[in-house]
Amino acid sequence: MMKLRIKFSKHGPMVFIGHLDMMRYFQKAMRRAEVDISYSSGFSPHQIMSFAAPLGVGIASNGEYMDIGVDSLTSSDQIKDALNRVMVEGVTIESVKVLPENAENAMSSVAAAKYTISFREKYRPNFDLFGQINDYLDQECILVTKETKKGTKEIDLKPHIYSFTFDPDKKVVSMLVDASSSGNIKPVFVMEDYYKYCGKSAGEFDFIVTREDTYTNIGTDEMPNFVPLDYVGEDY
Amino acid sequence: MLNDEILLKIEKPACYIGGEVNSVMKDKDNVDIRFAMCFPDVYEIGMSHLGIQIIYDMLNRFEDTWCERVYAPWTDLDAVMRENEIPLFALESQEPIKDFDFLGITLQYEMCYTNILQILELSRIPVWSKDRTDADPIVIGGGPCSYNPEPIADFFDLFYIGEGETMYRRLLDLYKEMKKSGHSRDEFLHEAGKLPGIYCPSLYEVTYKEDGTIATFTPKFEDVPATIDKEMVTELSDTYYPLKPVVPFIKVTQDRVVLEIMRGCIRGCRFCQAGQLYRPLRERDVNVLKNYAFEMLKNTGHEEISLSSLSSSDYSQLPELIDYLIEECNRKKINISLPSLRIDAFSLDVMSKVQDVKKSSLTFAPEAGSQRLRDVINKGLTEEVILNGAREAFEGGWNKVKLYFMLGLPTETRDDMEGIAKLSNEIAKVYYETVPKEKRQGRVQIVTSTSFFVPKPFTPFQWAQMSTKEEFLDKAYIVKEAIKSQLNQKSIKYNWHEADVTVLEGVFARGDRKISEVIYHAYKKGCLFDSWSEYFNNELWLQSFEECGVSIDFYTTRKRSEDEIFPWDFISCGVSKEFLLREWKKALDETISPNCRQACQGCGASGYGVGVCTEEKTGVSL
Repeated sequence: MMKLRIKFSKHGPMVFIGHLDMMRYFQKAMRRAEVDISYSSGFSPHQIMSFAAPLGVGIASNGEYMDIGVDSLTSSDQIKDALNRVMVEGVTIESVKVLPENAENAMSSVAAAKYTISFREKYRPNFDLFGQINDYLDQECILVTKETKKGTKEIDLKPHIYSFTFDPDKKVVSMLVDASSSGNIKPVFVMEDYYKYCGKSAGEFDFIVTREDTYTNIGTDEMPNFVPLDYVGEDY
Repeated sequence: MLNDEILLKIEKPACYIGGEVNSVMKDKDNVDIRFAMCFPDVYEIGMSHLGIQIIYDMLNRFEDTWCERVYAPWTDLDAVMRENEIPLFALESQEPIKDFDFLGITLQYEMCYTNILQILELSRIPVWSKDRTDADPIVIGGGPCSYNPEPIADFFDLFYIGEGETMYRRLLDLYKEMKKSGHSRDEFLHEAGKLPGIYCPSLYEVTYKEDGTIATFTPKFEDVPATIDKEMVTELSDTYYPLKPVVPFIKVTQDRVVLEIMRGCIRGCRFCQAGQLYRPLRERDVNVLKNYAFEMLKNTGHEEISLSSLSSSDYSQLPELIDYLIEECNRKKINISLPSLRIDAFSLDVMSKVQDVKKSSLTFAPEAGSQRLRDVINKGLTEEVILNGAREAFEGGWNKVKLYFMLGLPTETRDDMEGIAKLSNEIAKVYYETVPKEKRQGRVQIVTSTSFFVPKPFTPFQWAQMSTKEEFLDKAYIVKEAIKSQLNQKSIKYNWHEADVTVLEGVFARGDRKISEVIYHAYKKGCLFDSWSEYFNNELWLQSFEECGVSIDFYTTRKRSEDEIFPWDFISCGVSKEFLLREWKKALDETISPNCRQACQGCGASGYGVGVCTEEKTGVSL
């Protein structure tokens, strides 16, 4: 079995298809594209397929990843083209890379994700969004209350925000935040907290969020070096 | 398209965005006819229906036509659409239904009737056919319930009676031609009403006797036929079949490739409407089916394939087809699901190959608890056959059995009801006799379910009196108590339904034109999604009947005379009323009829000259 890492994008109405349905979608797509995907053994075999980081409903993405196992392979491009021929509008296979044998799986490799956030027409911020970003980030700690299944807990956002900037020309916010399984941060959560810091409040539907890419860390915890998840694979 | 805010607020946005694999996009400026095909229930149910996929595929093969889909918006979106004045739209183009040429609505069960009004109202199409203008789409109904269209006749411009593959091309050609030459809606409907299989309710007049039954049912015009003959595909291997069915993003009820192996049934169970409507039995060629299976699996990527028919064991090429499927599907890691198989050595062998014996259950549908009553309903399944089948299955490792029965069948006595409990007990007994203690994995699990019998048009039981709600519940209670008194009662679980919905089904099934006012009334009071128990509101329905002055008992419990003119008598499904009456009398006489392969009973379907009617008969072996 060879392991492949597939990068895809998700746009348009497809953002309303949830994570579990995307998995089902790709399972069927593998059969339509006649990818020689590997199956688990047992009475009801399932495809060897795992996703990097679930994407919330309503969020578009230019950098989603999944790993699959295949029993045979002509070339990365062949699989990419075969899959793209059976995709629906809004989902595009961006790259297919072969992973080294010892590669960590997609989900546990995820360290960070980069998002851009723009504003729905009628919800443009009515204050200087740029003005207080640096002050916000310069706080000693950014304490927020997070609701969990067991109740609420207080966490410090600061070590999980790697960058947070505003481009006044394009009127978009860009942020690189922790997306690891232990410290995943939702971008809208940061926005809501920043609005609160500015004495404003953000509504549920104010933001249009796009995940630009998903990263793994090839540096250290102290000196991170974030690279896209498919950096660790190679063309075949 | 709905805006993002709405889509994020509602429960299942994926039901309303379209764009699924194999959905068909066309340039609206390059087609002459826009057809919206509707299943008046939620997306997950509508998308699971084979008939719609067949018609969708067929209409989209026509270059001049673009067929799109529309389903009933769930109550959350329904409220949003009314509040924000958003018109109902088709999934593909996301454009309003009101702008279409046709709105086709499939009628699969009676309890979706209020949803038809929801679809029309949200589309801003007048709900009454008589109020529509040239600016409205032609609203056409089809499917099994259109064999008695009268309760909803006033909401429809046309009904298509019979199998959809045959007459749509002519209907669309007529529409195109008449639209081009500037004819009005009424002129088109009149001409359409002359096409075979097409029923235009407004062209007929009904008069009633003092007792409320029909006195006359006649065309208003001389050039309109008095009888509508059903449309039927004569050669099933040479017609439309959707080799690229639409694949939903979300999990739907029927999330698999469906291979329709034949239509019709040879069995002649006297309660069964489908068994009469789709006569004669016609099979699809096995090589055609193999090819369909291969193509459809490839085009959808589904992980499961299922056979569809009324009684798959009667398909003459079943072993060859199943061998092919097992080989092909094992290679591709695809599951095979085999519903409606008779339990015998062959089917048990096949089932042990395609499913996990430990997890799956056996299904028997004796329908009645005693041999006497099974003879009345002509269900050719004896206790011996059931117990033998169960024994073989238990030997093969099965230990779950599902049993289906009906309560309220004609001539039913207390013995018949208690027979349900006894038969369930006998099956459990067979298990304990067959499987030695050390091999048992706990108790055998027998699930006995009863539904309440609803007499249906075009069956020998169309003359039968239906039970009242109270009688139904008493019957269920008798069965429940009888099961409690069985030796193996701990191995038997008993399920029964609420009776309110059944009574309404009974009204709609044999209803006439007076019912439409009641349906409208109930809808206006808030009845919707009546087949969903959490939304069904019996009180509102009872009020509506009362306010409209319509008696429920007239349609359900009333004794009908042999010469009564039924609301559906103007339709011919190929089976004659004389034959049905003969069968009704044989039923009361507790006499069985052989199946179509054994001996022809002269039902009338041989007039089509196809299918089982052309086969040599085997003779009756009793």
